[in-house]
Amino acid sequence: MAMLHTVNKSSFDRNTFESCLRLAKEGSSVLLIEDGVYAAMKNTTAAEQINSAMGTLTFYVLGPDMDARGIKADALIDGFKIVDYNGFVDLSIEHDSVQSWL
Amino acid sequence: MSTIKKFFYVNRKAPYGTVYALESLEVVLIGAAFEQDVTLAFIDDGVYQLMKNQSTAGIGMKNFSPTYKALGDYDVTKLYVEKESLEARGLTIDDLMDLKWEDEDDDWAENDSIRVVTSAELADIMSEQDVVLSF
Repeated sequence: MAMLHTVNKSSFDRNTFESCLRLAKEGSSVLLIEDGVYAAMKNTTAAEQINSAMGTLTFYVLGPDMDARGIKADALIDGFKIVDYNGFVDLSIEHDSVQSWL
Repeated sequence: MSTIKKFFYVNRKAPYGTVYALESLEVVLIGAAFEQDVTLAFIDDGVYQLMKNQSTAGIGMKNFSPTYKALGDYDVTKLYVEKESLEARGLTIDDLMDLKWEDEDDDWAENDSIRVVTSAELADIMSEQDVVLSF
C-alpha cells in the first residue's frame, strides 16, 4: 500500500512533519505544501532528518507554494522533486491513499 | 494625546499559511499613522516574512511582501531579525529583502532597516518597550 502523505505546516512551528516521518512506511511519498515547503530547504535544523529518510521515502514539494515564499529550486535539499497542482492530482491518483497531516 | 509610546510588534509566523503576517503589517501601519515609535521583531518562522523573491501568482493570493519596502516611508525603520532564528532555517541576511529608509535629517542618506541581532540583544530591546503586540 503506497501512501501519499501531505504536510502543510512549517516543521519549525509544529511537529506535524516529524510525526509524518515517524509514521510513513518505506515506499511512501511525502508531499510538502503550503507552509510545509520550508522543510525542503537546505541547511536547516530539519535537513538531517530528511536526508536520512531520503532512501526510503520519496519527497515532493509543491512549486507554486515555493514561489510564493521566495524559495528557489537551488535552495532545496537534493532529491526533492518539484510538482505543480496537476502533479499533485497525479500523485493522489497514483497512490492507494492520501494522509493529509494537519 | 500627544504622548509617543514605544510599540513593539513581534512576528513569529510565516506568510500566506496563516493571516497573522498580513494582519501584523496592517496594525503596524496603523501604529505608524498615529506617529508612534514603532519597532518590529522577526522571530522563529516570522523571519520567512522578509524572504526575497516572493511570487504568489501560482497560489492566487496577494503578494504583500512589497509592503515591507514601503515601511521606511512611514518612519518604520527598525526591523530586528533574530540571528538564531535565521540560522536554524539555513538563512542569512542575503536571503532577505534589502529594505532601506531615508534619513531626512542626514541629507536623505539611505540606511538599512533590517538589523540582525542575537536573542540576548533582542531581549534587551523588547524589555524597553511600552506596548508589545504579538502576531
